[in-house]
Amino acid sequence: MRQLIRTLGILTALCVTVVAAADAGTLDDVKKKGFVRCGVSQGLPGFSNPDAKGDWTGIDVDVCRAVAAAIFGEPGKVKYLPLSAKERFTALQSGEVDVLSRNTTWTLVRDTALGLNFTGVTYYDGQGFMVPKKLNVRSAKQLNGASVCVNIGTTTELNLADYFRANRMTYKPVVYEKADEVVGAYDAGRCDVYTTDRSGLAAQRLKMKNPDDHVVLPEIISKEPLGPVVRHGDDQWFDLVKWVLYAMLEAEEYGVNSENVDQMKAGSKDPVVKRLLGLEGDMGKNLGVGNEWAYNIVKKVGNYAEIYERNVGPRTPLKLERGANALWKNGGLQYPMPVR
Amino acid sequence: MAGRAQPVQQEHPLALRPSAATVGVVGWLRQKLFSSPLNAALTFLALYILYLVIPPLVRWAFIDADWVGSTREACRREGACWVFIRVWFERLMYGLYPREEIWRINAGYGLLVGAGALLVVPRFPWKHWVGVFLLVVYPVIAFYLFVGGSLTVSLVTLAVILALIGGTAVRLAPAFRDRAWIAGWRRAYPVFALGALAWLALGERLLGSAPLTVSVHLWPMVETRLWGGLFLTLVIAAVGIVGSLPLGILLALGRRSELPVVRGICVAFIEVWRGVPLITVLFMASNMFPLFMPEGVNFDKLLRALLGVTIFASAYMAEVVRGGLQAIPKGQYEAAEALGLGYWRTMGLVVLPQALKIVIPGIVNNFIGLFKDTTLVLIIGLFDFLGMAQAAASNANWLGFAIEGYVFTGFGFWLFCFGMSRYSQHLERALHTGR
Repeated sequence: MRQLIRTLGILTALCVTVVAAADAGTLDDVKKKGFVRCGVSQGLPGFSNPDAKGDWTGIDVDVCRAVAAAIFGEPGKVKYLPLSAKERFTALQSGEVDVLSRNTTWTLVRDTALGLNFTGVTYYDGQGFMVPKKLNVRSAKQLNGASVCVNIGTTTELNLADYFRANRMTYKPVVYEKADEVVGAYDAGRCDVYTTDRSGLAAQRLKMKNPDDHVVLPEIISKEPLGPVVRHGDDQWFDLVKWVLYAMLEAEEYGVNSENVDQMKAGSKDPVVKRLLGLEGDMGKNLGVGNEWAYNIVKKVGNYAEIYERNVGPRTPLKLERGANALWKNGGLQYPMPVR
Repeated sequence: MAGRAQPVQQEHPLALRPSAATVGVVGWLRQKLFSSPLNAALTFLALYILYLVIPPLVRWAFIDADWVGSTREACRREGACWVFIRVWFERLMYGLYPREEIWRINAGYGLLVGAGALLVVPRFPWKHWVGVFLLVVYPVIAFYLFVGGSLTVSLVTLAVILALIGGTAVRLAPAFRDRAWIAGWRRAYPVFALGALAWLALGERLLGSAPLTVSVHLWPMVETRLWGGLFLTLVIAAVGIVGSLPLGILLALGRRSELPVVRGICVAFIEVWRGVPLITVLFMASNMFPLFMPEGVNFDKLLRALLGVTIFASAYMAEVVRGGLQAIPKGQYEAAEALGLGYWRTMGLVVLPQALKIVIPGIVNNFIGLFKDTTLVLIIGLFDFLGMAQAAASNANWLGFAIEGYVFTGFGFWLFCFGMSRYSQHLERALHTGR
């Protein structure tokens, strides 16, 4: 028994020393390790997905690559950890990942009670409706009395109820447990309308027998701002991940992309571009990385528009228009804070 | 007398040939399929159902299917799109394992199959050594093949491990039983073993550094987060199967022990792990366990899953083995005791060989269940065979081919489970348990 107690004592002491070692800032840890650990999904079309070669792709993945580019000048220095929806927050809290970039909706409870911080919005998603073209429906307001296929027990189901009640319409819910079942039922004609997040609608549409027979209605009935998450209480790391996203947006706003970035760096007279690309000021140094940080992001990963077009834009199978994700100048919601 | 030696070949003049309706194809049909109006009706119903199912299935899977190409455009979506499987085949087999390192997995498979083949060869003289190789040496080789990286071993630690194995072997081996010095060694053994274990656990920590180290670096390290596909499924199943059998046997023996503490611990262990679903065990291992650990301390996720699966499977295995132990008549125990055998020899030489033979079907049943349960690691973010197929089907360029993925993985799982089932039947026949 005494031996047991002594062993436990030694173990506790060991644990305490390890805690002390792990208490340093995330940025210092990351620099020392030489890579960023990034929590991603187990496969969400356009957001994070391994491709047939085994490389990770998607908007959420590119955010992590940009963080690595800002720190190391090398977007490949990321280790991806696929996480299920249930384990994602634990993985971040316990330090298994440095940044969680996994289509996570920014809500008050997650931002506060879970001890996390959302660094920004990479994609403004929202719930939408899909109907067969042959129904000739143009607006969700025309859906009175429709039967709607929806996942049971989700916020999607609750949003649907709210929307119809607020607009004094009736509907018949057709509920299923799994997303694939819902899509299957809708494709088989068991309901008139299918509702889920709009990025999801775009992806699920490709699973239909004839994807072109279906249209997504313009109404968006819920707010789903998706963004990267970091641990609460490490402001330096929080700042860095936040400004990586702003840098990509600022680059788009000022027309800097991966192809013209060298040209811009050599010849641009615009002070904003000069500050962004590290020719003036100490932007990078203030973030704790090199002044070339934004140059590396744009050069090696791309600006926000490039990332969007590459992963979910109109020329990908998902065919998602910019919509709310356009820059504020073009009528969207993406508004980068000034880099100065 | 000569007539007796000759077999009677002539038909008896009065014997009639069997009616054509009771032999041959017609006879078989009449007996098995149309023996009564009800059976005839059921036969036609079954034929009709087969007619409904088989032709569309064949058309989907073969005739209308697309086999060649490398993009989703190659698939006309009229039948199955096997292009999807072809493009993703490497991922389905090896997960995200780096492509230039895949030969290591294949080498591991090859070594296993080669050694296994030697075991199957009848009258191969060194079967025992092949068995020892597979159980002791192979796991070490496979571990380094699959994980790789720099392996730093302290020569002192290595010597302690070898001494521990050697000392234990001497302590147990029958060859030394009658030597004069063995009594002394038996008395010294507990101190020796505890000392060696303590050194292994704490020695390097106390010294601060490992003395006399040698480094091996043959190929780069591949972290377990990159493991996946069928490879990961096989690793989890193999570790679970190999780990759960001995642990299960020990637990079963412990549960029937006459020492109340041992019995109590074993009963509690078995009942706790059998009382929770595997999915809960994995979830706890993946989500709760890291929260109990201090920040920054992380056990490998795969290791946690492997431990969870092994412990869970061993609790089930214990109950199967206990069933076998109960089937052994008391006379066998008493006879062994009368021969002067101690507890371990009674169990090892008399009881367990009989008990395990009886429960082969139950054991293999457990193995098959375990093999299929490995898909549950999906919920802790590991890309096993099925998980990889799902990830592939959710790639934006390959949306809509989930069914092909499920059919392919389903077929893969069936192959392995069917193989295990056939092997167990072969074992049963070989060991004559049918009696």
